[in-house]
Amino acid sequence: MSEEQIKNSRTEHSRSLERQFNERIERDEKIEPKDWMPEKYRKTHIRQISQHAHSEIVGMLPEGNWITRAPSLRRKVALLAKVQDEAGHGLYLYSACETLGISRDELYEQLHTGKAKYSSIFNYPALTWADMGAIGWLVDGAAIINQVPLCNTSYGPYARAMIRVCKEESFHQRQGFEIMLKLANGTQEQKEMAQDALNRWWWPSLMMLGPTDDKSVHTEQSMKWKLKRKTNDELRQQFIDQTVPQADVLGLTIPDPDLKWNEERKSYDFGKIDWDEFWQVVKGHGPMNKERMKARVGAWERGEWVRDAAMAHAEKKQARKEKQAV
Amino acid sequence: MKNWPLWEIFVRSKNGLEHRHFGSLHAADSDMALENARDVYTRRNEGVSIWVVESKHITASNPENNGELFEPAQDKVYRHPTFYDVPDEVKHM
Repeated sequence: MSEEQIKNSRTEHSRSLERQFNERIERDEKIEPKDWMPEKYRKTHIRQISQHAHSEIVGMLPEGNWITRAPSLRRKVALLAKVQDEAGHGLYLYSACETLGISRDELYEQLHTGKAKYSSIFNYPALTWADMGAIGWLVDGAAIINQVPLCNTSYGPYARAMIRVCKEESFHQRQGFEIMLKLANGTQEQKEMAQDALNRWWWPSLMMLGPTDDKSVHTEQSMKWKLKRKTNDELRQQFIDQTVPQADVLGLTIPDPDLKWNEERKSYDFGKIDWDEFWQVVKGHGPMNKERMKARVGAWERGEWVRDAAMAHAEKKQARKEKQAV
Repeated sequence: MKNWPLWEIFVRSKNGLEHRHFGSLHAADSDMALENARDVYTRRNEGVSIWVVESKHITASNPENNGELFEPAQDKVYRHPTFYDVPDEVKHM
């Protein structure tokens, strides 16, 4: 075969692999780590899964902030359990991401240098106890809307991780709602605190579902790969439609004067989202971006000697075991 | 600095059932892997037994060779009960 022929047969081969791959996605078959996949599919998944994992890890910080100050033991144990779950979710997701051929340490490196993003929401401060309620109710609520369709996504390890995550998220959302309910039915001061938290977390929660469809660069490809089943705008509408009645139950007001039931669409119309603020936060200029990264990188650097000690001890134990076996 | 190795976690959820692959995690040694697996994968009564195996000890089959690897099962139809003729009068067998 001439060089030209070899080249042609190679392109033909990779085209046929790509065709088979697309057909598998079409048939709703799961793609597994050892299967052939287009490089772009691999890269997109590394980006999305790691971003998701990073969000779980950074997401522990705003809530961790209130563990020592939780108002009752019941609230404290629930918050502790929730933060523990989040560490677990981060772990499931990092593991899923590693099956795509990238190491945990590379992923951390990307987070710590700002190369990889995490959810914009965690760059807002948790100022009062009511924020623990608003985060559970709204932030985890928005996360569930995003994550439930992912239980069905085409990449097997990601889909399986999401099934575990989704099972645990509903506990998070309900504990948050219960905090809000208690405050909303409490003293005037408690009710005001709940309303204030809703005012501050409402818009950032809507932004969590990503830029509008016309501005979302990854949507089209992600829909084709079934990495996304619904567009950002569809998910946002779904979130609003299901959350507004919950605010009514609480007797709290959504901070949007343009929010109105649309009888024709059987859905809520809502006001304009401040996308400038969103992009500011995403680019690292939100209220807490610097502090979050400082806490995370600081923990990593100060923990280095502990990780080294554990490894040295494990090697010593292993060596001793081998010596005894001889 | 050395990175902690990767471990694969298998959990048996009930007596009598098999161990199933639950996920993976990084740990310095098998004891730490076991402790972390308990915390991460069995927080809600998911299991009664845990196995941890360092990932490097697992060899997986290659999907590209699926043809050769699983072919014999296809042409040995006589391994399946439906290969054998049984009169209709025999209801359950």
